[in-house]
Amino acid sequence: MAAPRVGVVTFPGSLDDRDAARAVRIAGAEPVSLWHGDADLKGVDAVVLPGGFSYGDYLRCGAIARFAPIMTEIVPAARSGNLPVLGICNGFQILCESHLLPGALTRNASQHFVCRDQLLRVEATDTAWTNGYSSGQELLIPLKSGEGNYVADPETLAELKREGRVVARYVDSAPNGSTDDIAGITNEHRNVVGLMPHPEHAVEALTGPSTDGLGFFTSILAHLAGGAPVPAAAG
Amino acid sequence: MSEEPRFDTVAKAAATPDLPQPYAELGMKDDEYARVREILGRRPTSAELAIYSVMWSEHCSYKSSKIHLRQFGEKAPETDVLLVGMGENAGVVDVGDGYAVTFKIESHNHPSYVEPHQGAATGVGGIVRDILTMGARPVAVMDALRFGPLDAPDTRRVLPGVVSGISFYGNCLGLPNIGGEIGFDAGYSGNPLVNALCVGVLKHGDIKLAQAPGPGNHVVLFGATTGPDGIGGASVLASASFDDESQAKRPSVQVGDPFMEKLLIECSLELFAKDLVVGIQDLGAAGVSCATTELAAGGTGGMRIDLDRVPLRDPRLTPEEILMSESQERMMAIVEPDKLDEFLAVCAKWDILASVIGEVTDVTPEEEARGGRLVMTWRGETVVDIPPRTAADEGPVYHRPIQRPADQDALLADDPAALPRPEGDEQLRDQLLRVLAAPGICDPSWVTDQYDRYVLGNTVLATPHDGGMIRITDDSDRGVALSTDGNGRYTRLDPYSGTQLAYAEAYRNVAATGARPIAVTNCLNFGSPEDPGVMWQFAESTRGLADACQALGTPVTGGNVSFYNQTGSTAINPTPVIGVLGVIEDVHKRLTSAFGSEGEVVLLLGETRPELGGSAWADVVHGHLGGRPPRVDLDAEAALARVLVDGAAAGTLASAHDLSDGGLGVALAESCLRGGVGCEVDLGEDAFTALFSESAARAVVSVRPEQEAALVDLCAEHGVPVARIGTVGGTALTLNHSGGRISIELTELRTAYESTLPAVLDGR
Repeated sequence: MAAPRVGVVTFPGSLDDRDAARAVRIAGAEPVSLWHGDADLKGVDAVVLPGGFSYGDYLRCGAIARFAPIMTEIVPAARSGNLPVLGICNGFQILCESHLLPGALTRNASQHFVCRDQLLRVEATDTAWTNGYSSGQELLIPLKSGEGNYVADPETLAELKREGRVVARYVDSAPNGSTDDIAGITNEHRNVVGLMPHPEHAVEALTGPSTDGLGFFTSILAHLAGGAPVPAAAG
Repeated sequence: MSEEPRFDTVAKAAATPDLPQPYAELGMKDDEYARVREILGRRPTSAELAIYSVMWSEHCSYKSSKIHLRQFGEKAPETDVLLVGMGENAGVVDVGDGYAVTFKIESHNHPSYVEPHQGAATGVGGIVRDILTMGARPVAVMDALRFGPLDAPDTRRVLPGVVSGISFYGNCLGLPNIGGEIGFDAGYSGNPLVNALCVGVLKHGDIKLAQAPGPGNHVVLFGATTGPDGIGGASVLASASFDDESQAKRPSVQVGDPFMEKLLIECSLELFAKDLVVGIQDLGAAGVSCATTELAAGGTGGMRIDLDRVPLRDPRLTPEEILMSESQERMMAIVEPDKLDEFLAVCAKWDILASVIGEVTDVTPEEEARGGRLVMTWRGETVVDIPPRTAADEGPVYHRPIQRPADQDALLADDPAALPRPEGDEQLRDQLLRVLAAPGICDPSWVTDQYDRYVLGNTVLATPHDGGMIRITDDSDRGVALSTDGNGRYTRLDPYSGTQLAYAEAYRNVAATGARPIAVTNCLNFGSPEDPGVMWQFAESTRGLADACQALGTPVTGGNVSFYNQTGSTAINPTPVIGVLGVIEDVHKRLTSAFGSEGEVVLLLGETRPELGGSAWADVVHGHLGGRPPRVDLDAEAALARVLVDGAAAGTLASAHDLSDGGLGVALAESCLRGGVGCEVDLGEDAFTALFSESAARAVVSVRPEQEAALVDLCAEHGVPVARIGTVGGTALTLNHSGGRISIELTELRTAYESTLPAVLDGR
C-alpha cells in the first residue's frame, strides 16, 4: 500500500513548512507541498498548516491566510469531519480565524516572544492526530510564539472541557498566559487539531529536545490506516 | 520654449561651475570634493555629489581602515578552503561534499541607539541580504550585543528594544538564532554595540557575484519600494537642489519589514535555482548609489539607469533622495533579455515588485580608462554621468595618525595582583556567586528565549552552549559551528593581545563543540579614527588578528569596521568581535557543555597561571581594570583544539566547556547547571587562582571513567597539560582545596545564575 499523502501548505511567510514536511517523512508518510494560491488539495489524505507568520501576521495572526484560495478547499472538507487537519502555531491561529476551531490566540501575557522547551500533558487521545499517545502522557516539545495566549468565552471553554476537546495543556502554568493552560484543542469531529507548540521540532534527537512530537505524525498514519478510533460521525 | 528643470543636471553643472555645494554637510572634506571635481572635469551635480558622498563615506569606503585591513590578505594563511575572499558581500568557504558556507558579521550600532527596535531589526535584515546575495540560503543568525550597565535607566530602554527588534525580524524571517554574546560596560551606555552575524549554505557552483556583465542585459530592481527612510544626509542636498516640496521631516533610521524580506529570500533563491540572474547585489547602506556603482564597477563598467522607473513609496522624492535612500528589503539583479519574462514571473509568484530600471552598456576604451561610465536620467535630463569605479573602488585612502595613548603604561602597571583577595571559604563562595550572577556572565535566557532557535529544523547546538551548530542539510551529517567573542576589557589593556584573545576564545569555543575551526569574520567596533589613540588601538588590533589568523591557518573571509563608537569624546573600549567558523564531519559527534551523568571524570586541560588582568573577578568584585590580559599562546590553542576535535570524533569526551570570562569556577557551575548534576572538584593549593584566573587555552571536560586513559594519551600526544580534578555527581558544586571546602547546592547556584536579568528587566 502506498504511503499516505499529507499536504503541507506554504503561505507567504510560512516558516516551519519544511520542518512539518520532514516530520511527515520521518513518520513514514509522503509530504506533499500545497501552495496557498492554488485551490487544489492534490488528493492528499490530510493537511498540516505549518507555523510561521503567514502574510507577515498583518492585520491579525492568520486573519489573511484564511482567505487564501487553498483554504476554500480545506475549510469545507475539514468542517465536514472528512479531512484531518493539524494547525501548528500560526496554523492554529489560521484554524481559529477560519472558525474551524473556537476561540482566539492573543499576545503572550509577558508581551514577549517565548522560545522554550515546554512540557505538555496530552488530554485527548481520541483525535486523528493524538491517538498514538496515552491520556496524561507528558511530552517535551518546543514552544515558540508571540501570540500563543488562548482565549475563549466561558461557554466555549465549558463546552471544550465537557466534550473533552482540550487536546493538550501546558504543565506547570502556561508560559503565555493561556486560559486553563490550554495548548491545543480539537473540533467536535476530532479531525481538526490546533496546537501552539511545535511537535515537528521534536522528531529527531539531534535537533529537538526529544522525539516526543513524532506521535502526532504517526497518529495520523494510524488514523488513515483505519487502526485508530474513528472520529464521531460527520454531522 | 521648454522650461528649465527645477533639479540639478549635468548640463547645469557644466554651466554653473562655481555654484556652492553643501559637500561639507554631507561629510566630505575639501580635498575629497576637489578630487570629485577633478574626476568629472566639472562640479558634480547634486545627484553625483550624493553618490560620491555616500560611497566615499567611512562606512562604505573603509578609508581610514583600508591600509590596516590589507594585512588580512597579505598575511592570509595558505588554505584551500577559501572559495571567495574579502571584497565581495561575504566570504565563501568550502566545507566539503560540494557544499560551501558564507558568513559575515556586521554592526548596526548607531541606529540601534537612536531607535533600538528598528535599528536592531534592520541590522539583521542587512546581514541576511549580504548572505543571500552570495547565492546562499541563509540558515542561521547570531548576535553580539554590548550595553551600558544593566541597572542604568537607558539600558532598560535600549536592551529590550534591541532584543525585541532582533526577535521580531529574525523570528519572522524564519532563521534560527543559534548564539552570540551579551556584555555590559559603562562605556557602552551612550553607544550600544549591535553586531549581527548570518551564515548561509550553498553548493560550490551556486556562488553569485556583484557584477554586471554583458551589454544589453537588464538592470532590475526588485523587492520593496523606495521611500524616504535612512536619507538623513540627502535632505541637505534636497534643500540645496531647488525643491522645497519634499522637505517633510525624514526618519534617519530605516524601518524593516521581515515579511517582505522572507518573500525576497524565497524569490531570490528560486531565481538563482532557475539560473535567471548573472549578477546580483543587495541594497544596504547607500542604496541605489552603492548597488549601481558596484555592479557596474564589477562588470563592463557601463550602465544606464532611468531613475524615473524606480518604484517610489513617496512620489515627492528627488533623484538625490532616491540614490541615498536606505529603504530595506531591496535587491538589484542583472538579467539577460531572454530570461526577463521568466524572472518577472518568479517575482510575481512571490508577490515581489520588480522593475527594469536600466541596462548594462558597453564602454569605449577612453571611458574604460576613466573608470567606466554610469549614466542616470531623471525626467529626461541627465543627472549623473560618472566613471563608476571612481566611486566604488577608488575612494580616498587615509593614513591616519597613530599615537599610543599616554595612559596606557599606567593602565598596564595597575596590576590586579595587588587587589584584596577573598579571605576564607565564606568570601570565596560569595565572590564566586557574585561573578556567576554578573550581568555579562549570568544566564542570558531573558534575551535568548525571545529568539526562535528551532526553525529550519537543523539546529544541533544553540545558546547556551559554547558555539552554535547547524546541520548543513537534511540529508547530510555534516555541520558547521560558529562562535563570536570579544572582550573590550582585554582589548583596552592590550589591543594586540586582546584581539588575539577574542579570536582564541571563539576558536576554542568552536573546537569545544567538536568542530575544526577553518575561517574567520570580524566586526571591529572602535571610537573615532580621527583620535590617534583610537587609531593606535585599531592598528594593534588588526595586526593582532592578522598574525593570529596566519599562525592558526584560518583566513579572514570578510567583516566590517564600525568607527565613531563614542559618547561625547569618550570612546568605547575597543571591541573587536571575532567570529570563527568550524566544520564537523558528523554532527552526531558534537559536544555540549553540559555534564552528562554521575561518575564522569572531570579534567582540566591547559595551564593555569595567576592571570587576573581584565578578569571578570577584578571587574565584578573590585570594579578594577588594569594590568596585563592573559598571555596568548596560539600553539597551545591549536593543540587544545586538536584534543577537543579528535576527542569528540573518537567519542572519548562526554562534555567540553571552554574557560573564559570568570574562569574555572564559572565554567564548572555552567556545566553542572546545564547537565542538571553536581560535581566535586579538588582545587589544590591556591583555590582563588584556580577559580578566577582567566588563563587562555584551557577547557574543562568530562569523560566516562573508561575513557580517561584515552584522553590522557590524546593530551600527551598533542602536548596539552591535563589534570584530573574531580568527578560528576550529587546535587551540589563542591570545591575542595587544601585550606578547606565550599559547597553550593545547584538550586542556590541556579538562583544566582538565572535571577539577574529578570530581576532588572522584568522588575522581579
